[in-house]
Amino acid sequence: MMQVNLTVNGAPVTLNVSPNTLLVQALREHLNLTGTHVGCDTAQCGACTVHVNGQAVKSCNVLLVQVDGASVDTIEGIAEADGTMHPMQAAFKDCHGLQCGYCTPGMVMNAIDISRRHPNPTEQQIREHLQGNLCRCTGYQNIVKAVQQGAAAMKA
Amino acid sequence: MGANDFASLPHIGESVLRKEDYRFLTGAGQYTDDITLTRMTHAVFVRSPHAHALIKSINTTAAKAAPGVIGVLDGKDVAHDKLNGLPCGWLITSTDGQPMKEPPHPVLALDKVRYVGDHVVMIVAETLEQAKNAAELVEVDYEMLPAVVDVRDAKKGTALHDAAPDNQCYHWALGDKGLVDEAFTKAAHITKLDLINNRLVPNAMEPRVAIGSYSRANDDYTLYVSNQNPHVERLLMTAFVMGLPEHKVRVIAPDVGGGFGSKIYLYAEDVCLTWASKKLNRNIKWVCERGEAFLSDAHGRDHSSHAELALDKDGKFLALRVHTDANLGAYLSTFSTCVPTILYATLLAGQYTTPLVYVEVDAWFTNTAPVDAYRGAGRPEATYLLERIVSRAAFELGLSQDEIRRRNFIAEFPYQTPVALQYDTGDFVACMDASQKLADVAGFKARQEASKANGKLRGIGYSSYIEACGLAPSNIAGALGARAGLFECGEVRVHPTGSVTVFTGSHSHGQGHETTFAQVVASRLGISVDSVDIVHGDTGRVPFGMGTYGSRSISVGGAAIMKALDKIEAKAKKIAAHLMEAADTDIDFANGEFTVRGTDKKIPFGTVALTAYVPHNYPLETLEPGLNETAFYDPTNFTFPSGTYIAEVEVDPETGVVRLDRFTAVDDFGTIINPMIVEGQVHGGLVQGIGQALTENCVYDRETGQLLTGSFMDYAMPRADEFPQFNIGHICTPCTHNPLGTKGCGEAGAIGSPPSIINAVLDALAPLGVKDLDMPATPHRVWEAIQSAKA
Repeated sequence: MMQVNLTVNGAPVTLNVSPNTLLVQALREHLNLTGTHVGCDTAQCGACTVHVNGQAVKSCNVLLVQVDGASVDTIEGIAEADGTMHPMQAAFKDCHGLQCGYCTPGMVMNAIDISRRHPNPTEQQIREHLQGNLCRCTGYQNIVKAVQQGAAAMKA
Repeated sequence: MGANDFASLPHIGESVLRKEDYRFLTGAGQYTDDITLTRMTHAVFVRSPHAHALIKSINTTAAKAAPGVIGVLDGKDVAHDKLNGLPCGWLITSTDGQPMKEPPHPVLALDKVRYVGDHVVMIVAETLEQAKNAAELVEVDYEMLPAVVDVRDAKKGTALHDAAPDNQCYHWALGDKGLVDEAFTKAAHITKLDLINNRLVPNAMEPRVAIGSYSRANDDYTLYVSNQNPHVERLLMTAFVMGLPEHKVRVIAPDVGGGFGSKIYLYAEDVCLTWASKKLNRNIKWVCERGEAFLSDAHGRDHSSHAELALDKDGKFLALRVHTDANLGAYLSTFSTCVPTILYATLLAGQYTTPLVYVEVDAWFTNTAPVDAYRGAGRPEATYLLERIVSRAAFELGLSQDEIRRRNFIAEFPYQTPVALQYDTGDFVACMDASQKLADVAGFKARQEASKANGKLRGIGYSSYIEACGLAPSNIAGALGARAGLFECGEVRVHPTGSVTVFTGSHSHGQGHETTFAQVVASRLGISVDSVDIVHGDTGRVPFGMGTYGSRSISVGGAAIMKALDKIEAKAKKIAAHLMEAADTDIDFANGEFTVRGTDKKIPFGTVALTAYVPHNYPLETLEPGLNETAFYDPTNFTFPSGTYIAEVEVDPETGVVRLDRFTAVDDFGTIINPMIVEGQVHGGLVQGIGQALTENCVYDRETGQLLTGSFMDYAMPRADEFPQFNIGHICTPCTHNPLGTKGCGEAGAIGSPPSIINAVLDALAPLGVKDLDMPATPHRVWEAIQSAKA
């Protein structure tokens, strides 16, 4: 067992875990943050995407010990304290950018990262940057629209 | 209330934002894997590494002694506890009058494994890691047998089952062979085509998950499971497999992360978890890993067909003759047998007046994962065959793809096809017109020239599909072999304060029922959408249900809710009549108000609701208190969504890369309740269909039966950067036989799109002499087709 200290959604957290614990396992099983999902076993689907020090990362592919001392944000941590959704969350709702909701947390976390890096993303840029997030329901069209609208709202 | 009146109500046709989205967007959705029960244990399954082998022995001694292990169960334990095999829900009768071959489908393999991934041993341990470690210690001694993978090899292959020595499940036919053969002798032109409908893996983003739980105190079970039809799951498991009374099992399918058909079925894991939860007296969770999902989820499609179309000198279709070999996989999955027959052959008239159709289907067992319904289920296979051969006939006759279709469109409704269905309504010409306009077909030539200038070949492809949805009239389905009813149930519970909870047998796993169904109820009762909540996916709360598949939810589940609302309205009118001292027959109800005809007397719906529960001034001697009604709706016909899709692709002749440049879909779904949700369903269906046409392919090694496409690294799921913006349009001919006028929209995109893509690629490659191409049109295949045409 080893001790890992990190910040999760703004709050300090100390976990005693076995060294092979993945970040996604720590979030889901130890911290009960079940909004981050697991959709594959080859780091292809992106359902587990979270932010590590502000950058989108597939949490199924990171050991918890690798984020010792880091700040991790998950889908549960991005809305306002009163429950008001983050502009990117709101854009996904407005644009019908989700259906079954399973890939959605990963999509939203990646979309926020895309928008920070590209405040005015083109449709092509968005599509290329979403390549690592699979969605089986939406056909991506409304997700692309949501990222565009969310990026504009984040800038405002 | 009639469909026309319904369509004009407020909220109908309004893109209401989804009520369910907040929880999904904030990480508060509750999927099965998000549930943790007390002292929960974890299961893993030891699966067969071989496609076909005898089990000589299983040694579980070391596994049983491993740390944390609570139970190790195999086929002998299943037999000891007298569990039956998994049932098949549809009996197909062969042309010789014999029932299909229906070999046992054991929950855990007893003496033989029949596909890579077949379930052999279940391990239950305190932690998942302990269960996985113990699984490594199980020793199974296999004697390998030759495997058969391809339907074309099945007859000569080693038999999988004693009950089917030549691996054939059934030989089935529809239509009059004699008349069809005669029509072919008189044809001016015959177009022939061999085609493969490639095997697909559904791949809902949430893999299958189940939690079995047993209460000794109450002697009852709860199964949490990622499933599309919890009541069907319960019925099959209790009545057919475990011999339990239904009321002792509660099945809960909470938030479900996509299904696409793959979560309709009763799977072995679901039974094992339920069974073992009592046997071990512990709560047990099993989470399917993606690699396991590739191996063990029911797959889709996998047909090999030969088709012939007879035409007269004007390009009118005289007859269609089809032979299909269908791959059922190693065992009969729940609805596997009806997919290549009832859901396939009956659609082969398509949108056309073809007077004679004859279809023969041979269904085979192979050493592959079971094949069952996947988004579209039979109808994509029919559409792909028909729309490919129609476009090929056009190419051969020098007609345009739209012209050959227009010459053959059905124009009068109702229309009785030669393959058993009666289409109630449609307007195929209007759909074609609208699609061509939206696709800017007029500008195609200029775009083709521009592509040519860049060294690219541009092609256009058409597909005019029709599908049978709204499954299904129970009596017709029963006559065709269904072993279940196909109605739906809905309960409308009006609360004293006038808000409403609806309990529906339909199940939402992305379709947005919590919003669309609330719109239906709100519009009928004249209340806000926010004051209606929809409950689904729990046999403990919903009276009954047949679930969600076959684009049936709004047309069958919604119709059941409409029937319950009729009862609510009738009773509420009696209460209102009492309150306003008028006759029931003089009461009108509209916009949430009860009025007495010819007077200015009125009371709101909320007052009637409150009176029903506080019956101080109430006709208690003739009317029960309360306002809570349940209805079952059994449809009288299928619904028939239709549409014309137009794809435009650009092919690089040097590399074989196909780029989808434009895609237009115009559909007739009848009444549309929430256009935003309907368009989302079309987008998703299109990407699954275009995925089949361009990238997705499930491949087993033809010799060894090993799955070669067992992960997202090998199986090319469609990704965001492969698609243009789709142009979506609608026309509306309301369904004539349900109270909403709806036809269903969930599968259309996946049904209509594949042939339009391949037709477009073949149109592009026509100048190079390429005449045929199988899905998926990967760069390698396209390049090969170009090279062999050159040779």
